[in-house]
Amino acid sequence: MNKTIITVVGKDTVGIIAKVCTYLADSGINILDISQTIVSGYFNMMMIVDMAGTAKDFNQVADDLDKLGTEIGVVIKCQREEIFDSMHRI
Amino acid sequence: MINVNEVIETNDMIEKENLDVRTITMGISLLDCISNDLQKLNENIYNKIYESAKDLVKTGDQIAREFGVPIVNKRISVTPIALVGGAACKTKEDFASIAKTLDSVAKKVGVNFIGGYSALVSKGMTEADRLLIESIPLALSTTDVVCSSINVGSTKTGINMDAVRLMGSIVKETAEATKDKDSLGCAKLVIFCNAPDDNPFMAGAFHGVTEADKIINVGVSGPGVVKTALEKVRGESFEVLCETIKKTAFKVTRVGQLVAKEASERLGVPFGIIDLSLAPTPAIGDSVADILHEIGVEHAGAPGTTAALALLNDQVKKGGVMASSYVGGLSGAFIPVSEDQGMINAVEAGCLTLEKLEAMTCVCSVGLDMIAIPGDTKDTTIAGIIADEMAIGMINQKTTAVRLIPVIGKGVGETVEFGGLLGYAPIMPVNQFSCDAFVNRGGRIPAPVHSFKN
Repeated sequence: MNKTIITVVGKDTVGIIAKVCTYLADSGINILDISQTIVSGYFNMMMIVDMAGTAKDFNQVADDLDKLGTEIGVVIKCQREEIFDSMHRI
Repeated sequence: MINVNEVIETNDMIEKENLDVRTITMGISLLDCISNDLQKLNENIYNKIYESAKDLVKTGDQIAREFGVPIVNKRISVTPIALVGGAACKTKEDFASIAKTLDSVAKKVGVNFIGGYSALVSKGMTEADRLLIESIPLALSTTDVVCSSINVGSTKTGINMDAVRLMGSIVKETAEATKDKDSLGCAKLVIFCNAPDDNPFMAGAFHGVTEADKIINVGVSGPGVVKTALEKVRGESFEVLCETIKKTAFKVTRVGQLVAKEASERLGVPFGIIDLSLAPTPAIGDSVADILHEIGVEHAGAPGTTAALALLNDQVKKGGVMASSYVGGLSGAFIPVSEDQGMINAVEAGCLTLEKLEAMTCVCSVGLDMIAIPGDTKDTTIAGIIADEMAIGMINQKTTAVRLIPVIGKGVGETVEFGGLLGYAPIMPVNQFSCDAFVNRGGRIPAPVHSFKN
């Protein structure tokens, strides 16, 4: 298991989740959990994914998602889960 | 499992509140480089540092990328050069050649500062110590990224007043030697009392002789995060205030701990310590003075400031200590003037004086830091200011430091621009009364008694 958190922040439009999920599926990345919320009018989505099954390395996935985000007008970030775990769990 | 609100909180800290890991500093022992042949010594130093740190910057950048948290600086600290160069260096120029070696290898591996052009003279000076100290103006004016620090006192040994007097002149000479860059050399020169062996922050970092061959020390930061957290508890009691600071410091420090462990593992170098410091930058919102304002003083320097700072410093430690397996270095709130926009504003508003800053250093790390003073300030006056600050450290069993910049050719009311993380500073007035007869006495101030604490 190699857990990574993907966050998508931006104006809500049709097809954001579809496009991100298509990329993840094509790359062999398994989605473990999805949740979303609206903060100050902005769409915030968080996915917990497992990168163990993908042939792509972290940097490539992060770059690809960044590019995809630019295409659909949102900001997509890719971070390893440990930073959130260490900050919010004792 | 992590929930979306926790993810948003962390990312807001990073994106909106300037949360970062301020520095990963690799400490490298140079004791095994010692040779009595200067050329050989320089080669040994270059090779050891290059081999040890060649992947430091790349590794730091990759960790930053994977965790999505900026790691602002990658730095190196080395064994105090007075110890390493003693056998080979017979002149000031010999020592300065080591500074050049440090400068070139630091640039080669891509770090932004290298610290350890240092001497530890809290009780006495060897000939090598004296030569190194006398070479500082030359060394700092002919290099870009080398930092120098001199420890002139400690609680256990007292204060070496000969060294203090000498440093008064060296600070001034360094200012003269770099006057075409607004005396920038002095921003890379710190005078310490009780200097820690494992400090990751510049300009005072060196790799103490009590340390392992190589070590990774990490300095965390996040004044903006603390300030934002405090905005939500305006008007609440001290209990609520302190709890909020502790919880925030815990979260900030955990990020540092994670980065330190990861860097240590990837570089194959043991993890040393986390330095729990609130280190400001000139960026808006990344200010310790702004936290003091949020706690309730109009500007840093107003009555109540020392108490507010004491409280802040203590809560940061209380929160941070549990978040990290090893804590060390300076650990406390930094109050540099030029690197903190809120401090600069306080000086410009006429609220903050050198004397109040001195009082504030009694309750926080580290000391009189990045303070621009008139270029015509006398050597002996600078030595007197150093002596005062060292006395505070000696008596209170804490680290104190002085980093003053006498800006040659400029006076009170003018400002000086250092650029980057060093910021800019209004030149502050200095007490004009003389201390010549005091600092010219020579000798040492004896170590203080460790009882009868009043």
